[in-house]
Amino acid sequence: MERVPILKIGPTLFVSIQIDLQDESVVRLQEDLADELARTGAKGVIIDITAVEIVDSFIGRMLTMIGSISRLFDAETVLVGMRPAVAITLTELGLSLRGVRTALNAEKGLALLTGSS
Amino acid sequence: MDVGSSQGQLAAYMRDHQEKVVGRWSELVTAGIRGRSSPAELRRELDDIYSLMVRVLSDVDEHALGELRAALAELSRTRARNGFTPRETAIAVFSLKEAVYELVADVAELAPEYFAFSRLIDDLGLHTFETYAAARERIITDQATSMLELSTPVVRLWDGIIAVPLVGTLDSARTQLVMERLLETLVATGAEHAVLDITGVATVDTEVAQHLLKTVNAARLLGAECIVSGIRPQVAQTIVALGIEFGDIATKATLADALAHALKRSGLTVTKIGPA
Repeated sequence: MERVPILKIGPTLFVSIQIDLQDESVVRLQEDLADELARTGAKGVIIDITAVEIVDSFIGRMLTMIGSISRLFDAETVLVGMRPAVAITLTELGLSLRGVRTALNAEKGLALLTGSS
Repeated sequence: MDVGSSQGQLAAYMRDHQEKVVGRWSELVTAGIRGRSSPAELRRELDDIYSLMVRVLSDVDEHALGELRAALAELSRTRARNGFTPRETAIAVFSLKEAVYELVADVAELAPEYFAFSRLIDDLGLHTFETYAAARERIITDQATSMLELSTPVVRLWDGIIAVPLVGTLDSARTQLVMERLLETLVATGAEHAVLDITGVATVDTEVAQHLLKTVNAARLLGAECIVSGIRPQVAQTIVALGIEFGDIATKATLADALAHALKRSGLTVTKIGPA
């Protein structure tokens, strides 16, 4: 199983998903991220999904859960770089990812975190 | 009865009187179409068809019928495109019956052949009509496609602010196209505000509202905020009467209001410099 690396940049954790998401890898990412948030006390999480082309309802729900988990550690989650096709799929599935903020790209996502803190 | 030779008899008779019959025929057709194509042009068209018809009747050339049908198909397609009515198109074929009847009415031995000829004309008339209908269908499909393409522009209002003026009816196919165009433009330009202007949308019902909400949600997932503008008084009343909730989506009366709102959210202000 492929693991998604979590990078710490200042007070922010940066996750760039470059692989085809399998259910296991998402669950693993969720666990890793919780551990990392507890260890570092980061105040923000940026999840870059520029390279993600396919999502399903499970992955959509896991993204929302990651947002909720981060919230418990007082960290804000920003999902960046979503592709139009992915956005349409999530909307058709009826998932609006409540509790997760979104930005067009990593730069804007970072600005959103630093602006709000 | 030997059909081949008897048909040949009518064909020969028709060939000999081509000038007279085509003359009478074009008179009848001209009366039917009220001078919508020039007499010379019409005469040429009918002459061609008449010659083919004689070849079909004389039964010497097996390709003649195919050619005749193709010629008539072309004629009806042109008429369909030029806005002739079905009646005006079909009369071109059917009036030949009358023209030929006037010719053979007093020649008793041609009567049985005239009957066969009449059936041929009926068949060709139906063929003309079918082609006419198919051509009209084609025109409608083409227009629907080009309307779909024309009616969904995404315009840039300001740096970081784009607008989609929606005109016409908002059905699933349109919404899908609008959504795709909007999201692609958001990604391409990096705009953070999008204005959906529904001034030109005829009616807003629950379905249209549902489509709008979907579009707004998809844009939100990309990290852009949507403003719905151009809500007319009666549309506002319908929305409230139907109990449609726009939730936390900003709605404005006009596109100008929406632009002002987006500028404010981007931290920009418009100021007047000096006296106007």
